[in-house]
Amino acid sequence: MIQIDQVSHQIGGTPILHDISTTLPKGRLTALIGPNGAGKSTLLRLIGRLEPLQAGRITVAGHDVATTPTDRLARVMAILGQQTAIASRLRLSELVAFGRWPHHKGRPGPADRARVTQALEAFALAPLAHRFLDEVSGGQAQRAHIAMAFAQDTDWLLLDEPLNNLDMAHARALMSRLRALVDHAGRSVAMVVHEINYAAAWADHVIAMKDGRVIAEGPAAEVLTEALLSDLYDAPIRVGQHLGRPLVLHHV
Amino acid sequence: MRLLPALSSALLALMLASLTVGAAQVDLRAVFRDPQAMLVLLESRLPRTLAVALTGAALSVAGVLIQALVRNRFVGPDTSGTAEGAALGLLAITILWPSSPLWLRMIAASLSAMVTTALFLAVIRRLPVREVMLVPIAGLVLSGVLGSVVTFVGWQTDLMQYVGTWLMSGEFSGVISGRYELLWIAALAAGLAWFSADRFAILGLGDQVATGLGLSTAAVMRLGLAVVSMVTAMVVTTVGMIPFVGLVVPNLVARVMGDNLRASLPVVGLAGAVLVLACDLLGRLVIRPYEIPAGVILGVLGAVLFLVLLHRRPAHG
Ligand SMILES: Nc1ncnc2c1ncn2[C@@H]1O[C@H](COP(=O)(O)OP(=O)(O)OP(=O)(O)O)[C@@H](O)[C@H]1O
Ligand SMILES: [Mg+2]
Repeated sequence: MIQIDQVSHQIGGTPILHDISTTLPKGRLTALIGPNGAGKSTLLRLIGRLEPLQAGRITVAGHDVATTPTDRLARVMAILGQQTAIASRLRLSELVAFGRWPHHKGRPGPADRARVTQALEAFALAPLAHRFLDEVSGGQAQRAHIAMAFAQDTDWLLLDEPLNNLDMAHARALMSRLRALVDHAGRSVAMVVHEINYAAAWADHVIAMKDGRVIAEGPAAEVLTEALLSDLYDAPIRVGQHLGRPLVLHHV
Repeated sequence: MRLLPALSSALLALMLASLTVGAAQVDLRAVFRDPQAMLVLLESRLPRTLAVALTGAALSVAGVLIQALVRNRFVGPDTSGTAEGAALGLLAITILWPSSPLWLRMIAASLSAMVTTALFLAVIRRLPVREVMLVPIAGLVLSGVLGSVVTFVGWQTDLMQYVGTWLMSGEFSGVISGRYELLWIAALAAGLAWFSADRFAILGLGDQVATGLGLSTAAVMRLGLAVVSMVTAMVVTTVGMIPFVGLVVPNLVARVMGDNLRASLPVVGLAGAVLVLACDLLGRLVIRPYEIPAGVILGVLGAVLFLVLLHRRPAHG
């Protein structure tokens, strides 16, 4: 479980998050939704200790992110940020292999190598493994970054808009892989997602944020309603049904 | 990758050539019968050859490190205020304590280089990330300002002669046995960096990824800063700053091998040694029996190589 207690955050004097208290349940796929600028990335970065906590307390599986050594946390959670552009010239296989670094600290064993191969194959990167990061497409690079987080093999996986740049088939493949991680490997996933129907179809738990506050949270079917979404995005949004799950008709 | 054996053989060949080229004729096959030749070899040729190779290797590795610290490919230890910082430290200790022992001068130079390089790091932290070219410009400006301070103080105190040997020449003709051994420390420091190669590579991936992987970025920054400063300080004191090596060699190697530093650092070191040795040899041959300083040749060659690199830089800088 990730426990967030009275977290507030400001950047340059401007309040970004207002006194947020919520929990992300263990063993579930949680979707963070909300309009641009709602504070989703900021909250995820605070959980992932990419940003120092200013006020409040966050624990991940019992580890206080403010006091637990950062290398210990790297074996509890993996985080993929929203901005993934990096200047390094690495082969995809080398980038993914760095996902194992928190475990082996420079001495990879056969198990580490096996994990890397597995991650590359899981995201259909095996044929590109020897290409440099600056010589593949945006979606391929995005998949490599996800594969690195995947290879880190932690109980918690935090992903900020992982569907960025992915085509339909790869987006669906990623969601079903995350689903399998949760259902069969006992992992917990938290992801920021804009395409609301991915949340509707795959998430167990939804947290809706607006203007630095959590305005709704709960099972997907309870949160993704016409009234709530229209209010969340300040636009009329219709919600239908498909195979027993909400289908959000936001594009028409 | 076939680079390692190829570069090793090239280095070996250049070192042998370097042992035979010079004012006095030395026949390598006859040294064991000819005490005079043996003396020249051991006191002058061998030290010079080693000094050149060590300098090239250490500066190139330092270049990789500073590039990882600032996450920008267009800087080197000669354009990040490091060399000028070392000179400033040397100048200060020369003025304050003219007869200070060598080890103390080295410490002064290293510490001062560390301070000015840290200043560079602090300055560029504030620059917008997307402006790739602002980082090298900031480095050039800082180096320029520090260089002027060194020159001004040098004039005022009548120490310009020293300043010249530290910052302007970069040549190996004065190297004899007993006067280059500090470079072993430089090479050792660079060699030790290899053990943290993964950490530097992860640092180069950016704060976000580095933190996510549980790397303590501050500790790695300090280590990198220490190595870069020590290497540069040793080089500045012993032979004078050699331009462009620390900038060009890391770029050339990264183009072929990428930034997996554990694999590429040894290649970077070898390539740096080969490049500087080739330039030193060239400098000894073109206007025999006179010499052109290796630093001058590298100034020209390095600038050309750098322009080529700029023209063909990869999409992500
Ligand atoms: N470095 C910064 N300086 C100033 N304000 C910032 C900075 N980073 C974020 N903000 C502000 O903080 C607020 C929350 O940003 P955040 O990135 O968390 O939003 P988000 O919900 O992830 O949005 P998006 O869906 O666009 O990614 C926004 O209003 C944004 O303008
Ligand atoms: Mg965001």
